[in-house]
Amino acid sequence: MGTGAVLRTAALLGAAAIGALILGGAAAVARAQGATFTTLERGRYLVDAGDCAACHTAEGGKSMAGGRPIPTPFGTIYSTNITPDKETGIGNWTDEEFYKAMHDGIGPGGKRYYPAFPYPWYTKLSAEDVRAIKAYLDAIPAVRQKDEPPDLPWPLTIRKVMAIWNALYFRAATYQPNPAKSAAWNRGAYLVDGLGHCGACHTPKNILGAPKWDEHLAGGFGEHWYAMSLTSDPRDGLGAWSEQEIVEYLKTGSIAKAAAAGPMAEVVQNSTQHLSDADLKAIATYLKDLPGGGRVAGAAPTKIDSAAMAHGKSLYLDQCTGCHLEEGTGIAEVFPPLKGSAAVQAKDPATVLEAMIDGATVVATAAKPTGLAMPAFGWKLNDSELADLATYIRNAWGNQASAVTRGQVSKARKESQQSAAK
Amino acid sequence: MISWLGPSTAIGKTGSLLPPAVTPGAFSYFSPAEIAFVDAAVSRLIPADELGPGAMEAGVTFFIDQQLSGPYGRAEAWYMQGPWQKGTEQQGYQLKLTPAQLYRAAIKDIDEYCRRTLQKAFADLAAPDQDKVLHGLEKGEIELPGAPAKEFFNLLWENTGEGFFADPIYGGNREFAGWKLIGYPGPRYNYVNEIEQYGKRYAMPTVGLAGRSGLPRRNEG
Amino acid sequence: MATRLKPVDVVLVGFGWTASILAQELTEAGLEVLAIERGKYRDTDPDFATTHIQDELKYAVRHALFEEPARETLTFRNSADQTALPMRHLGSFNPGAGVGGAGVHWNGQNWRFLPTDFKQRSHIEQRYGRKFIPEGMTIQDWGISYEDLEPHYDKWEYLCGIAGQAGNIQGKIQDGGNPFEAPRARGYPLPPLKRSAATVKFDQAAREAGFKPFPCAAANTSKPYKNPYGVQMGECTYCGYCEWFACGNYSKSSPQTTILPVLLKKSNFSYRTLCDVTRVNLDSSGTRATGVTYVDFQGREFEQPAELVILCAFAQHNVHLLLLSKIGQPYDPKTNRGVIGRNYAYQITSSVAVFTDEIMNPFMGAGALGQAIDEFNGDNFDHGPEGFIGGGYIALWTTGGRPILQQRDLPEGTPKWGAGWKKAMQENYLRSASIATHGSVMSYRDSYLDLDPTYRDIYGNPLLRLTFDFHDNEHRMSKFLTDKAALIAKTMKPKSIKVKYREGHYSIVPYETTHNTGGAVMGADPKTSAVNRYLQSWDVPNLFVMGSAVFPQNAGYNPTGTVGALTYWAADAIRNMYLKRPGPLVQV
Repeated sequence: MGTGAVLRTAALLGAAAIGALILGGAAAVARAQGATFTTLERGRYLVDAGDCAACHTAEGGKSMAGGRPIPTPFGTIYSTNITPDKETGIGNWTDEEFYKAMHDGIGPGGKRYYPAFPYPWYTKLSAEDVRAIKAYLDAIPAVRQKDEPPDLPWPLTIRKVMAIWNALYFRAATYQPNPAKSAAWNRGAYLVDGLGHCGACHTPKNILGAPKWDEHLAGGFGEHWYAMSLTSDPRDGLGAWSEQEIVEYLKTGSIAKAAAAGPMAEVVQNSTQHLSDADLKAIATYLKDLPGGGRVAGAAPTKIDSAAMAHGKSLYLDQCTGCHLEEGTGIAEVFPPLKGSAAVQAKDPATVLEAMIDGATVVATAAKPTGLAMPAFGWKLNDSELADLATYIRNAWGNQASAVTRGQVSKARKESQQSAAK
Repeated sequence: MISWLGPSTAIGKTGSLLPPAVTPGAFSYFSPAEIAFVDAAVSRLIPADELGPGAMEAGVTFFIDQQLSGPYGRAEAWYMQGPWQKGTEQQGYQLKLTPAQLYRAAIKDIDEYCRRTLQKAFADLAAPDQDKVLHGLEKGEIELPGAPAKEFFNLLWENTGEGFFADPIYGGNREFAGWKLIGYPGPRYNYVNEIEQYGKRYAMPTVGLAGRSGLPRRNEG
Repeated sequence: MATRLKPVDVVLVGFGWTASILAQELTEAGLEVLAIERGKYRDTDPDFATTHIQDELKYAVRHALFEEPARETLTFRNSADQTALPMRHLGSFNPGAGVGGAGVHWNGQNWRFLPTDFKQRSHIEQRYGRKFIPEGMTIQDWGISYEDLEPHYDKWEYLCGIAGQAGNIQGKIQDGGNPFEAPRARGYPLPPLKRSAATVKFDQAAREAGFKPFPCAAANTSKPYKNPYGVQMGECTYCGYCEWFACGNYSKSSPQTTILPVLLKKSNFSYRTLCDVTRVNLDSSGTRATGVTYVDFQGREFEQPAELVILCAFAQHNVHLLLLSKIGQPYDPKTNRGVIGRNYAYQITSSVAVFTDEIMNPFMGAGALGQAIDEFNGDNFDHGPEGFIGGGYIALWTTGGRPILQQRDLPEGTPKWGAGWKKAMQENYLRSASIATHGSVMSYRDSYLDLDPTYRDIYGNPLLRLTFDFHDNEHRMSKFLTDKAALIAKTMKPKSIKVKYREGHYSIVPYETTHNTGGAVMGADPKTSAVNRYLQSWDVPNLFVMGSAVFPQNAGYNPTGTVGALTYWAADAIRNMYLKRPGPLVQV
């Protein structure tokens, strides 16, 4: 280890963009039979797009070895080992078995998966893409790590029960291009509704945890954060975003009017920042074509209690103007504006409350490495203050959204504490 | 839990970043005689008058009590290794006494001095006599057997200013008495518009670290 | 028995400004770099959050962000005939502790030194004759020129997003800037901060008095700024809690806001906190550093081997480490031999308080929000008739109006306490300002650092001993500056002014500045310097020393800008010369 000018590759923030020829670590060896380098590269790209690591790599754990607790409303499910280990991973699986898992949600031996594994979206993938993913997963280092059984109440522990759920809510179906739409639109639909499984958070679910397909991407929950509507509603959706803004947000983690924090930060970091510009543009094309789903534009504004607004305003001026400034405008690329923000005016205030209670850190990407943070206010303000402050920012400066109650704040606190305990 | 947070933040949740709430009046260091002395002394240092409350009304005695009960009073951050030597004025504090010990020793000595020369404890003297004693301490003209008078006076005056002007969460500056006297609006983080409004009095209500009430409240749920 | 660790290419002692810059530069060169910091990790969220940071008692009065004398302090005396006694609690200066160092809690007042500052001795001798320099004044040239440093000043300023108005771009004097500044290649990356009421009044009065005032250059961003590393900073909101506090909205330049977001993600950089470096280890020849020894927070000792050791701790801590490690010859004031500890200097400041009838809102401010004149700095004026050497700037800063410690200047004759004091506070708090003078301190034979014979730190090592006083030269120079400041103050047509000369002995008690310099000075001659022009130790070529310890004497400007520039200069030398051929970079 001399002090000569040794040039090392300083790996900054994750894998290179598509077309790059550098694979990290020991993954350079193609173990899958007949897999070409191109296939492996394609598989790696698709794994990024599908954000498999988000579930299958535990915190501090080995890549894709599973063991990560996935909270669901019904209990905790632990992700599985998808490295090519023959005993504890998927090293013994055939391509067909892997396809059946992705397409039908059924593993070898008929083992049904819980939809925490987003097969209702992965079902859309083409057989060729699934093969490429498998080829890549066959090439990564094998890790010996047994899967943990899920922590669910009976009878959900009986996997066969999922047959009922599937019958009600799931149709296995590869994506069929819409001939009336452009190639970019179709590619976007394939990514959003397939690998990207955006609806797993952004589509509301019923009490059985099934997506409400008729409220496609109209806003849902990602853990206890509210994933805003991606429809064209100008207040509660992407109506005010341009295609270019959607692309930049997914690629860099922020735009002047919004920044990715919470679970979305991790999606940008592990997945979307690695997608090609063409794919990001396709996603934007598709999303911008979604009908306005959220609230009906022009609906009568809800009546907000003036005492709550006054209280919220005084708190805002005392606590928030250091970053979000007096008129809620924030500072472009530094602190997101609250005025006109879709995240602030979202149907459900859970994200607003989570950010206020625990703070939020913007994702650090290769393009924007800073990771600016909002501090926590939950320790400083009580429930009544947080409720009125949230009501204020949701309705000041031309914003319009429902008032926030103390009950909602107390629920948000509880969920935040529960998630910390995990 | 997904951890996109930096290394300094624990996963999830931040506890309180302000000191624990004090219960005004719950003295934990001073004896009743010491409270009486400090009440009387700070009432001369910053008296109540037509301009508003003085140091005593503002809770400065309680503030000093709380400070002396804590790490400051114990000189925890100070270099308190020997050997001990009297230094020059330029060499600063060289007493073996911590601030808490200095108060205890000095107050005892001053009260004894007052009883001996003026027949009353300091707190029972008339205001002009109290002032005379304070001036005597300030100039180092009064000899105290257990503590240097000037050193003690300087510390008392310093702590009085702290108690009068620190955030109310520390027990002094009650109801922003100190800040309202001078027109300081409290810790605010944005004067972008106001800074160029030359000559204009700032109109926002006074706020403290715990909000406009001054003292932190329990979570009302 | 120290545990021996795996070697690294570079070990940096301390993790403040200079370490952050060097780590970024040397990791770019492909080296494996480790920084060892005695304090703890800190970041904007949650440690500097707006929700709690404006707490004057905790931070300014009880020193929450600074080092604790219980752990490390020094002993002090004015002159060698006294016994040095410990600085038992902080007073005159506030060294930082923790990741980011003093870069976290500084005001952000940023300057370049003058070309003549770097040639202090030769210039004075040339202009005024050798006899103009009094006996016992040991000023010397730095061994580099301003021109050497210019591109590195530029790099530092664009790293930080300095907000200012250039005065001299490539020789062309610019309107509204400092006409006395040295030529710069280009302007500042950001425009000046907004002006406060008091700085506007100073500006008017200074012009009336015939001077050329300009806005001070600030490491407080005037606009959102993305630096060359891609790191994003915010915009200053004039909250008035800069120095001794940390910035909660990413608008003060610090390692955290300018470098760490990219540095900490590099796989070839690592750091350890709560680890105290106690020695630089040498091989048996004594001419090669093998690494450092440090103690962790559990009291366990470790030996960290490295190919290159760089001292990045606060000024005099670097000198202390050199003395404890027996690197270089310790300075002996009696014989005037030796270099480690020699030429300690500081800053001499004074002020003129101004009391008006107008609302000035002092609590609206920023650490480097000021208006200044530079007519009387360096050798910008003829010193012949004055008979002293040095100078300083005169500025009205509005850094804040924090009620416990700031804004306590009251008119002449105000009682020290009581009803009269109270009334004066009520009348003057909103309506007063202060003009500061910021003067140079030359080095002297009798101003130095060495090891104390009596007092020890928590590891049993002797404390550093400081022997220092203001000399007649500095007193006269300071009075000169103060009188000029009073002239401007009177021109402001106030109700009254209060002139506060800096008189008498230097005291360790009231806060003055944290501009401690010298003790490991740079130069061309190993007999009078500890490091060469590249900040490389003459004695141990694989050891470099950063920070203001290398200043041969102190100029009339805040030192951080020059510290930053010197760090980039040294990094450049290491990358482009030392790494290609390790060994002494300067032959004598």
